[in-house]
Amino acid sequence: MAQIGTVISKFYNEYQIKTSKKLKVIDAYLFYILLTGIVQFVYCILVGTFPFNSFLSGFISSVSCFVLGVCLRLQVNPENKSQFYGISPERGFADFIFAHVVLHLVVMNFIG
Amino acid sequence: MLGFGKKGPTQTQNAEKQETLLTLSILTLAAILSPLFSSFTTIITYLLTKEVKNAGAGLVAAAFVSIVPGYISRSVAGSYDNEGIAIFCMLLTYYTWIKAVKTGTILWGTLTALAYFYMVSSWGGYVFLINLIPLHVLTLMATGRFSHRIYIAYSTLYCVGTILSMQISFVGFQPVQSSEHMLALGVFGLCQIVAFVDYIRSKLSKNDFETLYTFLIYTVGILAITVGGVLTLSGKISPWTGRFYSLLDPSYAKNHIPIIASVSEHQPTSWSSFYFDLQILVFLFPAVVTLLLISYTFHCTWVTSEAYSSPSIVLSARSHDGGRIIFDDFREAYYWLKMNTPEDARIMSWWDYGYQITAMANRTILVDNNTWNNTHISRVGQAMASSEEKAYEIMKELDVDYVLVIFGGLTGYSSDDINKFLWMVRIGGSTDRGAHIKEWDYYSSNGEFRVDKEGSQTLLNCLMYKMCYYRFGQVYTEGGKPPGYDRVRAAEIGNKDFELDVLEEAYTTEHWLVRIYKVKDLPNRGV
Repeated sequence: MAQIGTVISKFYNEYQIKTSKKLKVIDAYLFYILLTGIVQFVYCILVGTFPFNSFLSGFISSVSCFVLGVCLRLQVNPENKSQFYGISPERGFADFIFAHVVLHLVVMNFIG
Repeated sequence: MLGFGKKGPTQTQNAEKQETLLTLSILTLAAILSPLFSSFTTIITYLLTKEVKNAGAGLVAAAFVSIVPGYISRSVAGSYDNEGIAIFCMLLTYYTWIKAVKTGTILWGTLTALAYFYMVSSWGGYVFLINLIPLHVLTLMATGRFSHRIYIAYSTLYCVGTILSMQISFVGFQPVQSSEHMLALGVFGLCQIVAFVDYIRSKLSKNDFETLYTFLIYTVGILAITVGGVLTLSGKISPWTGRFYSLLDPSYAKNHIPIIASVSEHQPTSWSSFYFDLQILVFLFPAVVTLLLISYTFHCTWVTSEAYSSPSIVLSARSHDGGRIIFDDFREAYYWLKMNTPEDARIMSWWDYGYQITAMANRTILVDNNTWNNTHISRVGQAMASSEEKAYEIMKELDVDYVLVIFGGLTGYSSDDINKFLWMVRIGGSTDRGAHIKEWDYYSSNGEFRVDKEGSQTLLNCLMYKMCYYRFGQVYTEGGKPPGYDRVRAAEIGNKDFELDVLEEAYTTEHWLVRIYKVKDLPNRGV
């Protein structure tokens, strides 16, 4: 267990130094989305999933926001430049917005 | 309002003009929609193949898809069916999926989800799609070709596509509950894990990574088993449905759910039907390809004109002198029903004819081509397979007024009810109430299905047999043969002189293809 602790602290230091500000902003956003997902999950365990469509739309919205955020992060990360030839961060962000428009139109419809 | 008096007539005129421009009944629209979509299909096939290989291959693929008889049969004008549109949707989804994998943009991922939504809304076969794409991703993972692009393509498709598919009421909550969708969910989870592990790996030294990795594996493994177990036990993950089992084990449906096996699409393709669709290509594929392709093109044209472009409700045959005989018995019978039975009459027939009777005779039927409720179809099968007294009880229970059977013994029309009868027996016997109906009772002592004197007594006295062969024993069908000679089974029937107790013959069409019986009322007291 002690080993795990050192590994994690090493990882944290590495992250603090090497990660650019832009990516840190996205990571903060991802962390926030993760929290909303966890809150909903705990709620559903404690209270139940009764309006199942509402729970699903909320939870899927969280998961999708997280996943789309990760996608954006992958595209923006300069380390992955070789895999995303011709996709500028701006283009990535525009796609991100498009996916969110589609997603949240459906979520609105499904939430009941 | 009065101030606009002058404008009034002009507007009406315009409205009239618009009306004449847009006079397009639903029927016309339905008739032209299939050919329209089949032309879309050729275009999308070209695009898909071009994306995979090159433009030349795309053209060849488009040329092929435009002459495949199996697809033509579903896309001729007038055969308005789910598949006609669904095939296009399916190819569109594949095309957008390949695009998404190649470019790795969120945009194409979202477009794939939208195409998938279109597919889900058009056909239940979307299940194949939502299993095939994860399988593709899984294969890429196993072969070490998983990349960030595939992560983006699949994650976007799964998240947006899943919630989109839930908007279709037929699908509902299934994507998160039924086992058919679990592969997609599992691969989605796997994608997240693989991406996360890759990320950690890129940030840590090898030793440190291994320490963390083993720790995480144990934690996650224990968690997953616990959660999965709890969900299965509490019934949140529904038991594996029959259609999925039949995908893994082709004999499953045949053994457990006869209604699935009886649908002709679910039966193993016979060699003759391969030959019918592929002709000589079956045997000589490696030979002179060009020549065969030309021959195949001619064959496709022939099949299309002979088989798929003529209505299946009006049959035609050649007589001895080469003239054409038209059998219009189906329409004759349905028209008779429409004109001669009360409007609320309930008609019992095998489910194959359900939609036709509803649409053409405008009468209530018990079971139709929507084979969802198989216990009900089983009840009808039991009535057909039982003796007259037993069948009368069932028919009274179901409030039947008329019974309709299709009989080909006089004309030699082979897909009639006697040839389908074994399926009625199997489906009838597949539920609890029909447990007394056993398939073996309907075979002769040698284990054959025959309608002549050798046939089993159960068969020779069941309702279906009696309805088909009533008065048939006095009819001469072919020169040099005794009366009551069945031209489909090529046998003289075994039970000739009998009367019907609970039914009376209401109508028999010109060529005896359709026979309609009226169910007698309950006898008065004391009779």
